[in-house]
Amino acid sequence: MAELLIEARGLHSYYGASHILHGVEISIGRGESLGLMGRNGMGKTTLLKTLLGLVRPRSGEVKVKGVPVTQAPTHRIVRMGIAYVPEGRGIFPNLSVHENLVMTARAGAEGRRDWDYERVLKTFPRLAERLSHGGAQLSGGEQQMLTIGRALLTNPDLLILDEATEGLAPKIAKEIWQIVRVVRASGIATVIVDKNFAAVNAITDRNLILVKGEVVYCGASSDLRSKPEVHQKHLGV
Amino acid sequence: MDPAIFLIQLLNSLQYGLLLFLVASGLTLIFGIMGIINLAHGSFYMIGAYLAFSLTAAVGNFWLALFLGVLLSVALGLALEWLLIQRLYHRDHLYQVLLTYGLILIFEEARSLIWGDDVHGVQVPEFLNFSIPLTETLSYQVYRVVMSGICLLLAAAMYFLIQRTRLGMMIRAGATNREMVQALGINIGLLYRLVFALGIALAAFAGMLGSPISSVYPGMGNQVLIVSFVVVVIGGIGSVRGALVAALLIGIADTFGKVLVPQIAGMTAYLLMAAVLLWRPEGLFKRA
Repeated sequence: MAELLIEARGLHSYYGASHILHGVEISIGRGESLGLMGRNGMGKTTLLKTLLGLVRPRSGEVKVKGVPVTQAPTHRIVRMGIAYVPEGRGIFPNLSVHENLVMTARAGAEGRRDWDYERVLKTFPRLAERLSHGGAQLSGGEQQMLTIGRALLTNPDLLILDEATEGLAPKIAKEIWQIVRVVRASGIATVIVDKNFAAVNAITDRNLILVKGEVVYCGASSDLRSKPEVHQKHLGV
Repeated sequence: MDPAIFLIQLLNSLQYGLLLFLVASGLTLIFGIMGIINLAHGSFYMIGAYLAFSLTAAVGNFWLALFLGVLLSVALGLALEWLLIQRLYHRDHLYQVLLTYGLILIFEEARSLIWGDDVHGVQVPEFLNFSIPLTETLSYQVYRVVMSGICLLLAAAMYFLIQRTRLGMMIRAGATNREMVQALGINIGLLYRLVFALGIALAAFAGMLGSPISSVYPGMGNQVLIVSFVVVVIGGIGSVRGALVAALLIGIADTFGKVLVPQIAGMTAYLLMAAVLLWRPEGLFKRA
């Protein structure tokens, strides 16, 4: 495998008194696409937040590009080349679309500037029509495009998408998946959490399934496709 | 009312309102963006006035004293945020009130130890120490006009900072979603420290600027603190634009109240607040 962007082992994280992650191991290689799966409440978002330093693990280690960052502040971790599109999108409602985009636009950790303002607007023409609107005036799909555009403008090496198509009409969700494909093709690694198993499986290289804070499956996407019983057992409703 | 008297009162309202704005804008930023109730905010107004008094005497130039005083108050703001205030972000408002009230007592005591309990004055800078005659008997002090001009410039600079710069965007974003701001690679701790120091420096600067026209005396911060809270509430918590409008309204209500209805002059600011809250419970402007 190519250079590891993220390498974490033995993660135990808590929310207050509840033990959410039970010794999770996860790694993401440069340019790789990883589907993070599991039913609701299995610890997917907690795992992502632990990687970003938004939740501190009680034990275990996180490395970004080989550098230990378990205790590093979140802003330093993400500046090493990670962009986060959180569940619920996290746009700033009191800032305009334009401001949401340019606020943190910057060159990537290695100085790359593949994504600039013009390219983002070309990729999301709907945003270009609404630059002066407040973030709260956008539809759900537009808000999602705004968060993804904002993330791309930080020129990350890794894009984390948590429930990016949640609550969106199928047609809009399809647009989002198309954008994720474009992002992948541009060489940016991705971690994707989504309820739509088939869509995630189709777009990613590797899948990882969490059950009650433990990794129960980790393997190639094509491999998981040929094991309907695994997917049925851990993901079926 | 005689037009000249009316003009003088109007200029006085403007000057008082603008000075109040400097204090209240810092208060509304610190409260609206960082969620900190800073009861000690008025103390920084007082500290500013005393700094102007001492520094002017030490360096012999009011403007140089202002410059040094601003540097000192920024340093004080940064140090206090680092030492104390940053421990309050995840705590209940009660802790904030207790700590910042404690700061008022400490600052008053320190003021008493350093400067004593006498009333002092600061000389109006020489070249501005004259008045423009309006009629045969009435005139207006030039320093007051210059003061209002400086306040207006500062208000414009703050508008530019908050509405037009990336730092301003981050400040506004920090008010709504702290976690997301961090996840975008912004050092929110540093951002809050800067906002706090900016707010403190504004209050202290108001104290310095106002020192030549009001005397410098013990407890002078408390009156300003209360009126500043009224401004923040009328303007809408967190809104700098609201603070400007509210401060000017209070300036007018207070100044003209004293002339037209002297019996209730002490109440006009509060009556105005009650009226605004009945009409718009969230204040004139929602958070910026």
